[in-house]
Amino acid sequence: MSQSKDPSREQTPTKPRGFSRRGFIHGVGVTGAVAPGLLQDSASAQTPAAVMGPGAVPITLNINGKMVKLSVEPRVTLLDALRNNLDLTGAKRVCDRGTCGACTVLLDGKVAYACSLLAIDVQGRKITTIEGFALEGGKPHPVVQAFVDHDAQQCGYCTPGFVVAAKGFLDTTPNPTMDQVKDGLGGNLCRCGTYVGVRAAVMDAASKMKGGRRG
Amino acid sequence: MADYKWPPMSTRKAIGQRVSRLDGIEKSSGRAKYTSDYKRQNMLHAAPVTCPHPHARIVKIDTSAAEKMPGYKGAHMLDKPGDVVSWASWDIGYVAAETEQQARDAARAVKVEYEARPHVVHDHDLTKAGDRVKPSGEKIEGDVDAAFKAADAVSEGTYYIPVLTHCCLEPHGSVVQFDGTKAEFNPSTQAVTAIQGDLARALEIPAANVHVHQDHIGGGFGSKFQADRWGLASAHLSKMNGGRPVRVYLERNIELTIAGVRPSAGAKIKLAGKKDGTITAWESASWASGGLTGGGSPPIPYVYTKIPNLRQTHQAVSLNTAPIRAWRAPNHQQASFLTCCAMDDLAAKLGIDPMTVYLKNASQTARPETYVRQLNKAAELAEWKKLWHPRTQLTSGAVKRGLGIGVCTWGGAGHAATARVNIHADGSVEVELGSQDLGTGTRTIIAQVAAESLGLRVSDIKVKIGDTNFPSAGTSGGSTTVGGVSSATRKGAINALVKLFEEVAESLGAPADQLEAVDGKIQVKGTPAKNLTWKAACQKLGVKTITETGQNDPRTAPREGLNTGGVGGVQIADVSVDTETGIVRMNRLVAVQDIGLVVNPKLAESQVYGACIMSICGALMEERIMDTITGRVLNADMEFYKLAGIKDIGDIVCHLEIDPENDGRGIIGLGEPPAVGGIAAIANAVANAIGKRVSWVPLTPDRVLDTLEGRA
Repeated sequence: MSQSKDPSREQTPTKPRGFSRRGFIHGVGVTGAVAPGLLQDSASAQTPAAVMGPGAVPITLNINGKMVKLSVEPRVTLLDALRNNLDLTGAKRVCDRGTCGACTVLLDGKVAYACSLLAIDVQGRKITTIEGFALEGGKPHPVVQAFVDHDAQQCGYCTPGFVVAAKGFLDTTPNPTMDQVKDGLGGNLCRCGTYVGVRAAVMDAASKMKGGRRG
Repeated sequence: MADYKWPPMSTRKAIGQRVSRLDGIEKSSGRAKYTSDYKRQNMLHAAPVTCPHPHARIVKIDTSAAEKMPGYKGAHMLDKPGDVVSWASWDIGYVAAETEQQARDAARAVKVEYEARPHVVHDHDLTKAGDRVKPSGEKIEGDVDAAFKAADAVSEGTYYIPVLTHCCLEPHGSVVQFDGTKAEFNPSTQAVTAIQGDLARALEIPAANVHVHQDHIGGGFGSKFQADRWGLASAHLSKMNGGRPVRVYLERNIELTIAGVRPSAGAKIKLAGKKDGTITAWESASWASGGLTGGGSPPIPYVYTKIPNLRQTHQAVSLNTAPIRAWRAPNHQQASFLTCCAMDDLAAKLGIDPMTVYLKNASQTARPETYVRQLNKAAELAEWKKLWHPRTQLTSGAVKRGLGIGVCTWGGAGHAATARVNIHADGSVEVELGSQDLGTGTRTIIAQVAAESLGLRVSDIKVKIGDTNFPSAGTSGGSTTVGGVSSATRKGAINALVKLFEEVAESLGAPADQLEAVDGKIQVKGTPAKNLTWKAACQKLGVKTITETGQNDPRTAPREGLNTGGVGGVQIADVSVDTETGIVRMNRLVAVQDIGLVVNPKLAESQVYGACIMSICGALMEERIMDTITGRVLNADMEFYKLAGIKDIGDIVCHLEIDPENDGRGIIGLGEPPAVGGIAAIANAVANAIGKRVSWVPLTPDRVLDTLEGRA
């Protein structure tokens, strides 16, 4: 099986900034159950959070370089906030459980699953969606163009997620080998079976973005 | 009568080109709006009330608690007390609310009392299926017993291929606005034209009162033809709320449980063969299920249909699971898997190369030349001679390599479709059809056909599909779309061009039938210097617009030769099996496919790649797993309903038989055939690698290890 990316593990800050569903499940999966002591430790390490909800609460998100105010229930995921509240629908809701990557966004430049983050938890973070870079200045981003050139899409429902994941991957791995591409894009699933095109597209985008060597 | 024939292969300028899909940037940039992306003004959300039992009678439905929930905007129950529910997650009704979360909360607050009934959810062991098994008659041809007696070898095996779900990434659902008289309907559908009548019938209003629009669909694979219960319930909830739009898209667990499955199939198969590989007799006892009504009936023996001595029985098994829907090449994957595994086992029993068996028996197929040619080509691309080995001589080391073969056949002739072609006085051209682009590239091929027919560039054509204001077009199922829309577009474009010729004939000083459209000009045949640019020619229309239609009628299409059906294909899988972990890895999957006239090789290759990857999923990962006791789907999520990732597929080698002879057959659909043979090829490759038959796909590590240890 391909390796899945775990967004919570890829985030660099040393202090946890909140719960992601995926991170929570990961923790439970490792220990079998959440040890009460651990919970107390992590609770005492953080400043007590203001109680929010259960009704809608006002929040502010930094999305694609703009501060956006919205009102959501605390249980609303970043993905649902983007889609239902802000009409940013490039990120798709497919598995809704941190498996398929169709909802991929960049969080402080790192690849993350928007279905597995709560909107209230990502306040103060820099959120980039596909809408933030795909057609910047009216010109297709090299990754977008490469996906078209190599026909790395069919129904297209997974495609924006792949494009964001590919951009996030190439930002940190500008000269990838094919094996690195397979690992780097392993956190996204496609049902139509466009992986042959995706492989070629990511390699091509890498060379066009950097003009660099091919691994 | 106008000449609609495809221009010769050598002179084509748009057809046959590797044009990038026209909606590519829109999709890759996230701008493409699927109906599940729609956020209409005042839109309400609805969520299903689902039954937890696989078989139960509804005793009481109480919505009073739901009515007090925040944001509640009404409930529409599709079932009533006394009705019987026959599978778990059955949607007995829908509840609307202001937000999606509120709708889910309110749906959960609906209290339903059930009286549980006994259920059966498994069909892999018929002895446990009791009276759910419906026996069929016996089919006998030739003298089966004599043939088995005279055989040089007899092989026997039991093979099983399970239920899969469609797992469309865009879940089933729609946005509906219904005021009691007229409906605005935005479904995720493979049937823009037909779904209009489907909803209209359910709402008991004239079809003309339903307007359907859909720009993109996020996967269908045969499961999205109807308005469905969620569409109907949404319409009623919309009416209840004065025509406010109502949106329902199924959550993933519900999607994977009730929105369509491929039926299972199992068979005990006995084959008789001669030393030279000739199959002389087939005996099979097969069964299948896809839900309450029993499900599929795989056409076995598959492809090798002329085996002279046959004895067959087939049993349908009724289960308390959600119903089947067409699944990319219905019945064919199962038939290919059952047949090709049995043939492979016969070869092993005879102690000969299975390639010999496939080649030797090509004369027992409907297309001997095709299969012989394709088997040889696939063998070459897969390095069969170098890499194949008998099951008795395994490769050394813990990781064993093996090769296997699977075959396919399909129809793929074009469906009924009408295209409307408008040529405007400013030179712009529109082609309009009530069709849909499933991601196969329908938009793009329509533009290529129109451009070719009008002597224009692909970028000069505006393709408008996905709306019932456009002429009707068939549903996209069974690989029928490309033939249908291409032929209709061709005829519509030629009809419009004839009108344009008539308009400009006088100014070019030649009769209309002496004009031709080439490279953006209308010119006199044989005297290209006498010409008008396309734009100048169209200006002569003044205030007129030319509007002509073209129709593909499946009844007359074979005579016209624009599209046809009937293909063969061969796939060879090359796998490595780790005998210590049971993990199967794909090295390579080779697909050789005949296809007729190819409008766009780039898009056609994508279809084949995708079909091969789907086969890898089906052979190695995918399986709906039912819980015997609760009768529910255990893996109704994408973590445990496994699909292949980018790293799991090995190399895929696609060989399309593009040549003048195939081209002369006209256009043939390609969606299904390459999705057929891969599962059989992979299963046979694993048998070749480890020297034993794993009789049940998917070939998961536990099954491989069980087989190796003799526990299977």
